[in-house]
Amino acid sequence: MVETFYEVMRRQGITRRSFLKYCSLTAASLGLGPAFVPKIAHAMETKPRTPVLWLHGLECTCCSESFIRSGHPLAKDAVLSMISLDYDDTIMTAAGHQAEAILEEVMTKYKGNYILAVEGNPPLNQEGMSCIIGGKPFLEQLKHVAKDCKAIISWGSCASWGCVQAAKPNPTQATPVHKVIHDKPIIKVPGCPPIAEVMTGVITYMLTFDRLPELDRQGRPKMFYGQRIHDKCYRRPHFDAGQFAEAWDDEGSRKGYCLYKMGCKGPTTYNACSTVRWNGGVSFPIQSGHGCIGCSEDGFWDKGSFYDRVTDIQQFGVEANADQIGGATLGVVGAAVAAHAAVSAIKQSRSKQSDVNDKQG
Amino acid sequence: MLSAQDMREAEAHGRSVKAVYVYEAPVRLWHWVNALAITVLAISGWFIASPLPSQPGEASENFLMGYIRFAHFSAGYVLLIGLLGRIYWAFVGNHHARQLFVLPIFNATWWKEVLFELRWYLFLERDPKKYVGHNPLAQLSMFTLFLTTTVFMIVTGFALYGEGTQEGSWAHTLFTSWVIPLFGQSQDVHTWHHVGLWVFLLFVLLHVYAALREDIMSRQSLVSTMLSGWRMFKDDKP
Repeated sequence: MVETFYEVMRRQGITRRSFLKYCSLTAASLGLGPAFVPKIAHAMETKPRTPVLWLHGLECTCCSESFIRSGHPLAKDAVLSMISLDYDDTIMTAAGHQAEAILEEVMTKYKGNYILAVEGNPPLNQEGMSCIIGGKPFLEQLKHVAKDCKAIISWGSCASWGCVQAAKPNPTQATPVHKVIHDKPIIKVPGCPPIAEVMTGVITYMLTFDRLPELDRQGRPKMFYGQRIHDKCYRRPHFDAGQFAEAWDDEGSRKGYCLYKMGCKGPTTYNACSTVRWNGGVSFPIQSGHGCIGCSEDGFWDKGSFYDRVTDIQQFGVEANADQIGGATLGVVGAAVAAHAAVSAIKQSRSKQSDVNDKQG
Repeated sequence: MLSAQDMREAEAHGRSVKAVYVYEAPVRLWHWVNALAITVLAISGWFIASPLPSQPGEASENFLMGYIRFAHFSAGYVLLIGLLGRIYWAFVGNHHARQLFVLPIFNATWWKEVLFELRWYLFLERDPKKYVGHNPLAQLSMFTLFLTTTVFMIVTGFALYGEGTQEGSWAHTLFTSWVIPLFGQSQDVHTWHHVGLWVFLLFVLLHVYAALREDIMSRQSLVSTMLSGWRMFKDDKP
């Protein structure tokens, strides 16, 4: 007999009153109206807990670290009440063969009904030897568990894009999940790490509505990745006014002016930092006085300095930014034009001379 | 070839051609409006990428970046609508109006003429030829440097514009939704849009130089043609 969410919560001593409070908080954090509170409550009361298998490939565990700090809903509620986190080798008690046995058990018992959460990514070079889980390359485990899952959540920039281990020259050929698994719906939740509330929010949404959140073309949930940091940044009025910090310790910096000139990547980064913020809504990088480094964007390690807005172009085999390339080209062509004009002038005067000679002769 | 054909027609009628009406009024108007739009786009775009020094005072009293961006977006709309109008005119205008859009790349004679023009620019030919419309080399560079760059700048530019107007706006639906995934992320679109500015500057440099040089050294009018529409020939020789 599989327990529903509500039953599990009651068993843990949570009162109905607290349960309903939790439902309204969750509705609020998902941006839903009060009418959805009973729907969420109903879903929690009737739906069996969804098993989640959380695999770890090449990663740094920053996604897990972020996840366990979620405030709305609390990570403990997400893990203990909402989902049935049956496998997560970082935080589970079981180890060794016992741990691996759980994977097989869930895979057969809930075939086609469990969610696969992937933190990190598989390396493909050296036959996957750069990441071994339970004596086998991670790639094998990933493909094996992905075979019967309902959907995959790619946690963080590693699973979504490749992140630091896939940065040039990518010696292990670390590869994002969507490039090795092609037949399952994949929800990318990029960020290094993703915001805790975004992570639990995505899970809550999937459980409540029993469907995937609406995704953009790159596979990210629109509700959290539909806008840029810049669009909702509280320093945006300073940007529009043309008020910028020009150095880390100048007057503009102290006054909290826009960090655009300091290379803030808010205008090119899709994430919810400027709305949801971090650590229970306490702050986010720009609020702390540092520009956004664009950690939730594809290939953010390979786009030159974190502090440059005009970034490096590597397509021509050179590493230079647009202004260097453009300036050099324009200089060379300008010099060529000047030289050409000089020769043309000489030629013109000569041909006029010869015309005059022709007429005289 | 346009020039050869026109000349043959003229010869058939037994007269020498002194002037031909080449650029109709809409084409000329478009040329100058476009030149103005690109100037505004280049300057405002530069100050979007590298903003002016910080403005003093309250944020609510200032809107400098806002105005610069407004100028950029407005000029972008002018560029887009202008190009659409120009494409329309390619269909309804005279045959010179189509020259910008269609390259006769399968025509061997045309390539020979391109080569000839190259030799003329390398000072290997003593006398230039007469052309009613663009000379083949000019046509080639108009297409590759100007038209493709303009289309690229419009597509990437409105993709970036759509990021601000967000999902549901026409720019987002038409451009942002596929351009950003195509490049990978927004930052690369910014970078390549910035490279496009330099290509435009390159084009302006070559375009203005070639037009002035040809006006002086070739056998037909160039600069005045874009004002009056009439191509004047300086001599009666074929």
